[in-house]
Amino acid sequence: MNEQQSKKLDSKVPAGPLAEKWDKHRFDSKLVNPSNKRKFTLIVVGTGLAGASAAASLGELGYNVKAFFIHDSPRRAHSIAAQGGINASKNYANDGDSVWRLFYDTIKGGDYRAREANVYRLAQVSEAIIDQCVAQGVPFAREYGGVLANRSFGGAQVSRTFYARGQTGQQLLLGAYQAMMRQVDTGKVTLFKRREMLDLVTIDGRARGIITRNLLNGEIEAHEGDAVLLCTGGYGNLFYLSTNAMNSNATAAWRCYKRGAMFANPCFTQIHPTCIPVSGDHQSKLTLMSESLRNDGRVWVPLKAGDKRPPSQIPEQERDYYLERRYPSFGNLVPRDVASRAAKAVCDKGMGVGTTGQAVYLDFAEAIGRLGEAVIRDRYGNLFDMYEMITGENPYKTPMRIYPAVHYTMGGLWVDYNLMTTVPGLFALGECNFSDHGANRLGASALMQGLADGYFVIPYTIGNYLAGGGLDKVSADQEEFKTVMAEVNGRIGKLLGIKGKRDPRDFHRQLGKIMWDNVGMGRNEAGLKTAITEIGKLREEYWQNLRVPGEPTTLNKYLEFAGRVADYFELGELMARDALHREESCGGHFREEYQTSEGEAQRRDDQFAYVAAWEFKGDKAEPEMHKEELKFENVELKQRSYK
Amino acid sequence: MNDGMKIHLRIWRQPNGKAEGELVDYTIENVSPEMSFLEMLDVLNQQIIAKGEIPIEFDSDCREGICGSCGIVIDGVAHGPVKGTATCQLHMRHFKDGDTIVLEPWRANAFPIIKDLVVDRSALDSIITAGGYVSVHTGSAPDANANLIGKYAADKAMDAAACIGCGACVASCPNASAALFTAAKISHLVNLPQGLTERARRVRNMVEAMDTAGFGNCSNHGECQAVCPKEISIQTIAVMRREYLRSLTFDYAAAGDIAAGSD
Ligand SMILES: Cc1cc2nc3c(=O)[nH]c(=O)nc-3n(C[C@H](O)[C@H](O)[C@H](O)COP(=O)(O)OP(=O)(O)OC[C@H]3O[C@@H](n4cnc5c(N)ncnc54)[C@H](O)[C@@H]3O)c2cc1C
Ligand code: FES
Repeated sequence: MNEQQSKKLDSKVPAGPLAEKWDKHRFDSKLVNPSNKRKFTLIVVGTGLAGASAAASLGELGYNVKAFFIHDSPRRAHSIAAQGGINASKNYANDGDSVWRLFYDTIKGGDYRAREANVYRLAQVSEAIIDQCVAQGVPFAREYGGVLANRSFGGAQVSRTFYARGQTGQQLLLGAYQAMMRQVDTGKVTLFKRREMLDLVTIDGRARGIITRNLLNGEIEAHEGDAVLLCTGGYGNLFYLSTNAMNSNATAAWRCYKRGAMFANPCFTQIHPTCIPVSGDHQSKLTLMSESLRNDGRVWVPLKAGDKRPPSQIPEQERDYYLERRYPSFGNLVPRDVASRAAKAVCDKGMGVGTTGQAVYLDFAEAIGRLGEAVIRDRYGNLFDMYEMITGENPYKTPMRIYPAVHYTMGGLWVDYNLMTTVPGLFALGECNFSDHGANRLGASALMQGLADGYFVIPYTIGNYLAGGGLDKVSADQEEFKTVMAEVNGRIGKLLGIKGKRDPRDFHRQLGKIMWDNVGMGRNEAGLKTAITEIGKLREEYWQNLRVPGEPTTLNKYLEFAGRVADYFELGELMARDALHREESCGGHFREEYQTSEGEAQRRDDQFAYVAAWEFKGDKAEPEMHKEELKFENVELKQRSYK
Repeated sequence: MNDGMKIHLRIWRQPNGKAEGELVDYTIENVSPEMSFLEMLDVLNQQIIAKGEIPIEFDSDCREGICGSCGIVIDGVAHGPVKGTATCQLHMRHFKDGDTIVLEPWRANAFPIIKDLVVDRSALDSIITAGGYVSVHTGSAPDANANLIGKYAADKAMDAAACIGCGACVASCPNASAALFTAAKISHLVNLPQGLTERARRVRNMVEAMDTAGFGNCSNHGECQAVCPKEISIQTIAVMRREYLRSLTFDYAAAGDIAAGSD
């Protein structure tokens, strides 16, 4: 290792054997006496899987919870859109799964850039998640005999994914939302709808509250509490086009970064291999076609570059099933980063299909022949319908066209084993933290992580923090709150005051293109440097030529976007900087300079087996990078192979 | 795009809940059939902003027909002309050059208008709060396979659970009833053994909450089913009625105190 572990980053991983750490940690953690729980107020920002499950569980324990979210209803959080499934090491399929195997697959899938102890805990609690969800009435798919059904997902050779048609996220979120609404009924959880958190308030170095904007009337409000739980999702929307929902954003996490929470591995972005290709400039977002489709669909392109024949007229021997060819043991089920790069490689060579040449086929003919259309309809009916609605083509008859798209961000706020950021009292759960997926997330593992964090981790670790004491009463009238409120107001006034010519989405589209071209699937030194310069230039123009229509005192979506895009410029630059410093390829981070002779990602464990956590040093200063060395005591670092 | 369509739009504009609203005419050119309906509105908004005017507010998030954020009454039909499709999934290929399309918000007493095409649907949440759940604390669940649930029952539950809570059922109902929304949740849970313990209390509380929130009564028009983007069947409403009747004859005294939560 070239440099040592930063003193500012203490992962708080408990000592002892891997399998005993969590048990022992729970025992060692201080408890809050039941009658004291009601004296604490916890602020939960976001009601996706992480936030809703945390709010419900903490309310049940007796804490007072204030839950904030952007939407009109907590049920609309972006988690609702997850399609394919959720992993758990139940081994119901009797095919060799275990906690250890789920742990191992996740560490390997993440290309050895995640913390062992966290990942092991995730695998351990995965089984309780399925139990909990079933008890809530989540209608998972079942076999005729009445037991739960499983399917396989990329990066695993066992069948451990539980699913509810193609609507798994919806059903899991509704389960968590309903559990939370039960606590709303008891009065333990209070909802704050259509609120956007615009800043964090710290007092004596601890997170004690947030500043929100009421999106309906523009009021800037202060809310105090004893701890803040950030559950605000990922920042994939920074790329403008992604599979994330229109309102997904980075603002809450970014504001916390600027208040002292370090941002870890910002460049680790997941580009999902199976999305519906871009159809034109008007495109507002991209639609995912669940990875579960790769269970039965076969990916191919014509062997000859520029072959314009319709797929039905291309005979078998003139097709290249390139994933099956390159990765015989995993075939179409290689992890996402591998599948995405392979698609880019064939399209770069001119084999891409469709009008733009930026697409490959995902073909179900063989599966329909083998299983019949009815079985395929039962498994993927709603996805096929969705495809047809968007493209006007019937995938039962003609292969789908797919292309990679930005999907998930493994990077996020740095957290310790307790899910606490570098700001005491500020916790980060779900996609907004960096914790469990290393440099690449395996399919069906985000839902697992969000629910693990909310149902089974934070209820214990927050108790330990609160029981530690020293939390004097604070009030939202205090000076500290007023100062931050004034800053927030100032920022909004500034955005509205520019009165330039270009609307925020127009800038965002241009930023997204810079990011996709230079900080996307393939990255290199020159491109990353270009990105940093171009982002800087565009950001300068933003603050001179932005036009935000309308008033601050009513519902004004373009004002909301304007604030988020302003933050994307800053985070985008940090992503490029992080990608530039990481002179290796790992998982979703592919530096073209570092690849094997076969074009696979080449890690450099001797230099980069660490988490890069960036500390904000001021608007004009460069951020400082801190390292958390990753110690692998239980798995051997290997070049990933899916061949 | 030079083969684009020219579309005339009449859009409901209302600056806030208290102000009067009106239909305002817009024309948009070069509309590609590949565009989604909401992308067409994005482009229109961009043109409106360029002219220095106030863009049209409408809700949307996932743009995949699953979050239930979007919802526009298009030519008098909630979510527009294509069956089983939320507004965000509607594509312009279903319209033709020269068409005039009228866009209005959901209209119902329980859904006050916030601005333009955006309404407040929190009333739906209050129905769930009243009982749309299984009361199970985190950590207290038995093994997931401890209860066998036949595929048929699981599928029935899933059919009802697919509701996205968009409120199109309310917007299309002449009585502005939330019966389909409420019934979908009741059917989802009553089809599963986990949901049976609280079935009587659940249906009574949810039906009461529906009335309190200002939704109308169901008189079997069936408009809700016709516009539902998830094609949830009005058979669920029959299930809700059956459950409600059952709950009226349920012997609370024998089962213990209702306030204590057992039924
Ligand atoms: C199309 C799609 C399909 C997917 N499918 C799968 C799958 O099959 N399996 C899997 O494991 N994972 C899947 N994922 C990933 C997974 O869905 C997400 O990672 C996960 O749901 C994130 O949950 P979360 O709770 O962290 O955040 P989210 O669900 O994104 O919730 C964020 C919450 O924060 C709120 N919020 C955000 N910013 C603010 C702010 N400033 N102020 C107030 N509130 C704010 C939002 O309103 C929302 O309530 C999928 C993702 C996508 C995009
Ligand atoms: S925007 Fe989510 S359902 Fe239409």
